[in-house]
Amino acid sequence: MSSGGDPGVIDQTTTSPHPAADDEPGWTASVRRRVEKTLPISELLPTKQPAYVSSWVYVFGVVTIAALFWVVLSGVVLAFFGAEWWHVSSIGHFFNSIHFWSVQMFFIFMVLHLWGQFWGAGWRDGRAKTWMVGVVIFAVSIGTAFTGYVVQLNFDSQWIAVNAKDAINSTGFGGLFNALNFGQMYGLHVMLFPIGVTLLVVLHIIQVRAKGVVRPIDDPLQMAP
Amino acid sequence: MDAPAPYIHLGFILISLPNFILICVMVLLFVLALVAPFPSHRPKEPHDE
Amino acid sequence: MKASKVDKQTYYRGVAMAPYDLLKEVTIALVGVLGLVLVLSAVLSSPDVPSVTLQSWSKADPVDFVTTASAELAGSTVVASYGPPYNSGSGSVQSWGPLTPQQWAGVHIPVNAPNDFVLQPLTQATAGDAQLATALGTYQAASSDQQQKWLTNYATGLGTATVAADGVVNVPTGDYGPVSVLMDRMLTLARSGGLDALLLTSNHFYQTDFSRPLLFLIDGGYIARLAAEQKLIGSDWGVMNETGRYPGQAWLWLYTMFYQIPPFTSDKGFLGISKANTDLAVVGVMLLLTALLLLVPFIPGLRDIPRWIPIHRLIWRRHYADMRRRGV
Repeated sequence: MSSGGDPGVIDQTTTSPHPAADDEPGWTASVRRRVEKTLPISELLPTKQPAYVSSWVYVFGVVTIAALFWVVLSGVVLAFFGAEWWHVSSIGHFFNSIHFWSVQMFFIFMVLHLWGQFWGAGWRDGRAKTWMVGVVIFAVSIGTAFTGYVVQLNFDSQWIAVNAKDAINSTGFGGLFNALNFGQMYGLHVMLFPIGVTLLVVLHIIQVRAKGVVRPIDDPLQMAP
Repeated sequence: MDAPAPYIHLGFILISLPNFILICVMVLLFVLALVAPFPSHRPKEPHDE
Repeated sequence: MKASKVDKQTYYRGVAMAPYDLLKEVTIALVGVLGLVLVLSAVLSSPDVPSVTLQSWSKADPVDFVTTASAELAGSTVVASYGPPYNSGSGSVQSWGPLTPQQWAGVHIPVNAPNDFVLQPLTQATAGDAQLATALGTYQAASSDQQQKWLTNYATGLGTATVAADGVVNVPTGDYGPVSVLMDRMLTLARSGGLDALLLTSNHFYQTDFSRPLLFLIDGGYIARLAAEQKLIGSDWGVMNETGRYPGQAWLWLYTMFYQIPPFTSDKGFLGISKANTDLAVVGVMLLLTALLLLVPFIPGLRDIPRWIPIHRLIWRRHYADMRRRGV
């Protein structure tokens, strides 16, 4: 029950049917207590949010996730039918177009989300790690996009690969990460990078939901002691 | 759509028209997001503890 | 108590809450983005300029092809003397002060240009071609000085070569030894599509590593000319661009900007950065800037920019107005 029926107060005592008692021993009980403390289900799936979340700037995060969803789904279809499919099938080409434009939308909205978080200083009040995971997602996305561009199997792939090799080679990583090796780039692009991006995005969402939306800069309503 | 794109040359900057339009749209979206009115739900008045 | 350390209950004490449907918001976002993407896909499609092959190259520009093939045999191409990870040359090795990670990493994708691009494919193509077998034998038995003499003469001859109606390259008479037969066969092999296959499969049936044919391609001038038409060359901010009228990788604007400005483009250089190590220098600078972006929350000055330029007063204008109204 929430104290005094106040909808603003977050009550964590009844979020799960069998909360692990504070003294219950074991790893599982300990992890469960930690999870229930950090991210009770009522915070993962909230039905209320601070009233100061009243700007369109706040939608850029969720539309970035939406774009990523369609990137992955269209990517799954492209992978299922094989790397050459979209060059020989008009339906395949349409799915490639969905993949192409979803990627454009993903980067557009992600950068808009970054601008919003920068100008709102979203890293305040213990949210530095959330910001940092976001920057890592940005960097990993660029890597994911790069591997995607070089596995298109067309002129663009050839040109990007033969030029990128010089920058990669100059760092000493050219022997490990060969942009001219389609097999390697394809495996990285359809499996390893998407897993990485997805895990990072899930972490990012958990961080945001666990801490909640940061309060406005110099909020006139100071926290009660 | 496969013909080479038109380009804009501003000093040392050389940018394709599609990229230029994309960036302009981004800036426009951000500005709109900042100024456009947001549908309001009447917030419940907070109770002091 | 620091705002970063309080629990959520305390953090939001006194904050007005408004109803919120998270799953509805996610659904609207999914549907909205899908609609936008479907419209763009239906109306604009996506770029797909077909790949260049050694076959298409040798047919479109036989003189450039043969010039490249003979330069590979002479070991005078960029790839032939590139350096790690391909070989022990130094032509393309970049360093920044004492840092030479390219050199330190060593050779891991061995490429011997004269052998891998010319002699090996030709050796495999000698079946039923006695003249080629003889020419190969003569070439390989000659001293390397003799080989270079033939190749140098041939390169000079190519300067005034003509292309016959059937696509054959005619070089004026000269002392080329077996080189003219070797190059003639390279061109025939390429035009038939055989060279694409031989450079790729290299004695395995399945092959997914296109390093050899791609390295051969980039040593020539043909693919670069095609790229220049689409403004994909580095000095045209090409890293950001896409073929045709499609948006490219706009997010790489800062990376490619450094390729356009001194000292990255200059001969003399500054702080060890010059034309000689542009790639390494740009990668280094971008790593530094990415680290700065990562650490914004901890960097005084950088993290205060949102306060100095108060765009946030627009983001939270309703909240600030509500607080003023309530006399807070």
